[in-house]
Amino acid sequence: MLLTISTTHEPATDLGYLLHKNPDRVHEFSLSFGRALVFYPEASPARCTVALLLEIDPIELVRGKSGAGDQGFALSDYVNDRPYVASSFMAVALNAAFRSAIAGRSTHRQDLAEVDIPLVVEIAVLPSRGGDEFIRKLFEPLGYDVVTTHLPLDDRFPEWGESTYYRTVLRITAKLADVLRHLTVLIPVLDGWKHYWVGDDEVEKLLKRGEGWLASHPERDTIAFRYLKRRRNLMRMAVERLTEEETADPDEVESARDEEEAKLERPVSLHEQRLGAVAAVLKSAGAHRVVDLGCGEGKLIERLLKDAQFERIVGMDVSHRALERAADKLHFDRMPSKQRERVELIHGSLTYRDKRLSGYDAATLVEVIEHLDAARLATLERVIFEAAKPQTVVVTTPNVEYNVKFETLEPGTPRHKDHRFEWTRAEFERWGTDASTRFGYAFRAIPVGPEDPNVGAPTQMGVFTLSN
Amino acid sequence: MVSSDACRGIVADDENDQSATKDAFDVLHYIAGVRLARGRLVVVDATNVQHEARKGLIDLARRHHVLPAAIVFNVREELCLERNRSRPERDFGPHVVRRQMQDLRRSLRSLQREGFRYVHVLQTPEEIDAAFIERQPLWTNKKSEHGPFDIIGDVHGCTTELERLLGELGYVVEGHADGAWDGPIYAHPAGRKAIFVGDLADRGPRILDAIKLVRNMVDNGSALCVPGNHDVKLVRALRGRDVQITHGLADSLAEFRALPDELRPQVSTAVCEFLDGLVSHYVLDEARLVVAHAGLIENLQGRSSAKVRDFAMYGETTGETDEFGLPVRYNWAAEYRGKAMVVYGHTPVPESEWLNNTINVDTGCVFGGSLTALRYPERALVSVPGERTYCEPAKPFIPSTEAATPLSAQQTHDDVLDIDDVIGKRFVRTRLRGTIAIREDKAVPALEVMSRFAVHPKWIIYLPPTMSPSETSTRPGLLEHPAESFAYFRHQGVAKVICQEKHMGSRAVVIVGRDEDAIRRRFGIEGEGGICFTRTGRRFFESPDVESALLESVRRAATGSGLWESLDTDWLCLDAELMPWSAKAQDLLREQYAPVGSSGRSALEAAIAVLDRAQARGVDGQLPVERFAARITEIERYVAAYRGYCWLVAGPSDLKIAPFHLLATEHGVHVDKDHGWHMEQVAKLSAACEPGDGMPQIMKTEARVVDVTDEGSQAGATDWWASLTAGGGEGMVVKPFDFVARGSRGLAQPAVKCRGPEYLRIIYGPEYDEPEHLERLRSRTLGRKRSLALAEFALGIEALERFNRREPLRRVHECVFGVLAMESEAVDPRL
Repeated sequence: MLLTISTTHEPATDLGYLLHKNPDRVHEFSLSFGRALVFYPEASPARCTVALLLEIDPIELVRGKSGAGDQGFALSDYVNDRPYVASSFMAVALNAAFRSAIAGRSTHRQDLAEVDIPLVVEIAVLPSRGGDEFIRKLFEPLGYDVVTTHLPLDDRFPEWGESTYYRTVLRITAKLADVLRHLTVLIPVLDGWKHYWVGDDEVEKLLKRGEGWLASHPERDTIAFRYLKRRRNLMRMAVERLTEEETADPDEVESARDEEEAKLERPVSLHEQRLGAVAAVLKSAGAHRVVDLGCGEGKLIERLLKDAQFERIVGMDVSHRALERAADKLHFDRMPSKQRERVELIHGSLTYRDKRLSGYDAATLVEVIEHLDAARLATLERVIFEAAKPQTVVVTTPNVEYNVKFETLEPGTPRHKDHRFEWTRAEFERWGTDASTRFGYAFRAIPVGPEDPNVGAPTQMGVFTLSN
Repeated sequence: MVSSDACRGIVADDENDQSATKDAFDVLHYIAGVRLARGRLVVVDATNVQHEARKGLIDLARRHHVLPAAIVFNVREELCLERNRSRPERDFGPHVVRRQMQDLRRSLRSLQREGFRYVHVLQTPEEIDAAFIERQPLWTNKKSEHGPFDIIGDVHGCTTELERLLGELGYVVEGHADGAWDGPIYAHPAGRKAIFVGDLADRGPRILDAIKLVRNMVDNGSALCVPGNHDVKLVRALRGRDVQITHGLADSLAEFRALPDELRPQVSTAVCEFLDGLVSHYVLDEARLVVAHAGLIENLQGRSSAKVRDFAMYGETTGETDEFGLPVRYNWAAEYRGKAMVVYGHTPVPESEWLNNTINVDTGCVFGGSLTALRYPERALVSVPGERTYCEPAKPFIPSTEAATPLSAQQTHDDVLDIDDVIGKRFVRTRLRGTIAIREDKAVPALEVMSRFAVHPKWIIYLPPTMSPSETSTRPGLLEHPAESFAYFRHQGVAKVICQEKHMGSRAVVIVGRDEDAIRRRFGIEGEGGICFTRTGRRFFESPDVESALLESVRRAATGSGLWESLDTDWLCLDAELMPWSAKAQDLLREQYAPVGSSGRSALEAAIAVLDRAQARGVDGQLPVERFAARITEIERYVAAYRGYCWLVAGPSDLKIAPFHLLATEHGVHVDKDHGWHMEQVAKLSAACEPGDGMPQIMKTEARVVDVTDEGSQAGATDWWASLTAGGGEGMVVKPFDFVARGSRGLAQPAVKCRGPEYLRIIYGPEYDEPEHLERLRSRTLGRKRSLALAEFALGIEALERFNRREPLRRVHECVFGVLAMESEAVDPRL
């Protein structure tokens, strides 16, 4: 809502010439989402401050044409922080109000526009999901002195924790145009959200605003990634062009990102090992027709497709979005038809009996059962062992004993927020033995991942084989 | 009527295109097959003079277990030739006609052998003109008999027990038969009819008496009987066929041997005639009831073939044998989904139990069990114990106690539901609002929520409907006002309404059993005393301790208020609001409500500071100083509004529950009671609640009854609403006084909410009542929300009523799944 820029470069009132805004008047700009006012709370030769005050129309955000509709959760609701915080709206307003200044042009003080002057930027409410540390990481490499004040969430309810808002003061001696460009890029990056559709021209905009500073910024990839709002192909284009001479592999950047998102487990290695172990069991069981229950984005399917032994691979998931992503990641649209005929994705649930699951040699449940309430396992058992009844069933689940080995994991918390339970090796063994006895299967447990002499392997795999 | 010519026309645009014959017949067979599967009559009009042509049709009839009949037009050759000449478009030449005539004559003798049950041959045009077709119902078809019936299990010669059972059912001896059938004739004075599921013969002490008794009743019209496998085998033995004398057949034969020589042939013939003449099964009471000895799957009901007869008499086996050397039976009842109730016997069970609208009434009288009758349509069971064990069963049919499951067959079956019962486009019939369609794309998110988050479907016997607000008010500064709520019901023709205080918390459905046994018996869930779940079927509390404290609180209140006794129940289901809001909406508060307050206050304070400084400088132009001063007041009021619904929950005693509907108990769904009754029950619970012992408090919901045609009555309620909302209350809910109210345009909204102006800040934003905002917010459409509310209300009540009728869980589940699917629809969440 509010951003001020002050200078003590004498005569300080020259700030008005740099910004093309007369310090003695109130300037109004009409914007699609409301209006912006530019005025000067102080204007003396020693010190001059310009204020950019945004009045966002909350009703227009939801109902109007400029409203983002279903783009983000906050805007679909009238109760949101958009009118009050510095966000992409602020970036748009800065651009609208100070177009010439951002371009580095000043009709009356061009020489001043081209030199470094002392500047203080104050942002009343700056959101940062990454804490004040993230604010520093973005601004300090550019030479700013950063002072933040953490705003309380609700002092009546301290148990709700902290807010993600900071009153932020940035001090620097620099060209005004550079500071404005930093702000238009970094404010939306901190907020992590954009009120408008991020199109191809956004890459151009980023390159233009980032000229001269973004390429060498240590957080370059994060900035590009977040500025382009996680549209990976756009991000890849931008990163490629930014690093023309440096030859960074965009896919590497992407997987670096994945790694950042999943904190524990070092997913690449453990997940790969898990899939490898599952595939090995399926292979030695001689399975030709496999159904992957809870297939998620289709990592196991992708792996099985590479082996001709698996003639038919069906992935099932309860999340329709996961299936869409799987179809995407498996490149269904470009898959050769012979390959495409081998694989199918179906929407279904493990808590309902489903005749589509009959007739397979093997069923796999990779890191699935722990996402189900323990009380619903009895149903899952009947759905799989009694109704679908494949020759082989492979189940993997975390070994909770191993959790002590994850340094960043607080004791007593599960590896994933949605895990309803995590079992010890003994618990898993007990469940597997009991279920296999009841449904006429034989059970064996196999550790997956590096084994520790005391706590075992991070993942435990159970193999159920139908007894004849 | 499906004609081959028409099919040629369909596939080739030319009825005479002989090259299309094969395709045309594919279409013809397809249409005929679909019609037969749907139980429709099929008449095929084609030359059908060759054996191969007819064979396809006979196979089709066999596949669908229907009887084929042939109507043959065997007219003079000259007439055929003459007729053919009058159809110039079919100039095949006389040799074709002649060959067809030859084929026809050759076929005539073999038609019956080929499988046509009836063959009608018409020789002359006069005969053809005079012929008319009259459809005879199949013998199995007794749809026009509506009962009431008493369906009696396998008798196996236990005539003494049968006589006692008939006595208990109210049958009396009405006469006496002579000759071979010498014996009493039983009948019911009120015209009830007995139906025997067969297996009168073998094993027991008075086999012949049993057969005579039943035959005399059937002959008298006071009973029906279907044949059992033992009865059929006895006939074969009596007729001198080579059968194994096992499974008690010897006992029957011994009784025949003991007859006086002069009587024996006569009785033997009569018995054979009677038993042999029994029809495989009966379809009764407009196809609502099917009786067959071993039961019958839906697509064989009312059909006729060797397979139908075999299934009805022997059931199906899986081909495996069990540890007693007996064939393992295919459990058709577990998969039964037919509309008709199926009553059967054949395999003795310790107790008759419902499973998917089927019931086995063979309770093994001859093995020392009992002889059971099912009263139809009452669905009541009447049993008399067997006098002694006349015969040892090959395997014990009464399971040893440790093997016995504490759940009923239906409850065990219901542990797993079928995905076909929830996905795809579905239609759910409801009592209140007819058939409700559930769209396929809405079922997708519902399946995910149901699978990942919901409690066991056995718990979810109800999900609450959404609720629409009243029409928008035009009063200054207000978006909602009681006047519009009252007007809505007035226009619906509903005069008497009840206004209930609307608590601001989270909706909760609470099921409480008097003890764990009560829950196990009624819900089929073991080791739990009740549950509290959210409007999406998710367990309300993560902590089991908090949940049990809440349940215990309600349980004690029910005990203290004598509610268990007054309603003759040992469980209850409440619709309630659980406070504080912050107990459930913690994330929402932390991530949405509090941040808006926090950022709003800081930003506005900072803005006001710079505005004041600029104003003091005297800049040229308009600064929105006053407007921002107003905005900061609004954000403060917004913070105060949400804070009112939040308090720290350190333990269960910080929770409050305000029930407002006592939805269901053991003997009924209480939607037939008015809201006055519901408020009364809830008030009793609240009064009996003893707070302060570490348990949640049960709150009374304030309410007042209003006549919406009376100015004074409305004004009083409006004042009440104003004082409620001024005190920080959310507002009120206006409901028709009757739980279910039909208005001038059908079902009226079950409830309309009217929220207070301060509360609406947390819905429409802190500054919503700024005049230029309010003006735009006034235009909102309620139509979709209201039609959803009605559909969900009907589905929720339907779920409860089906549960109350003890229907299979899938029938309850499809209703609540429907509610969840509808809730996934994108409707303005602020309504």
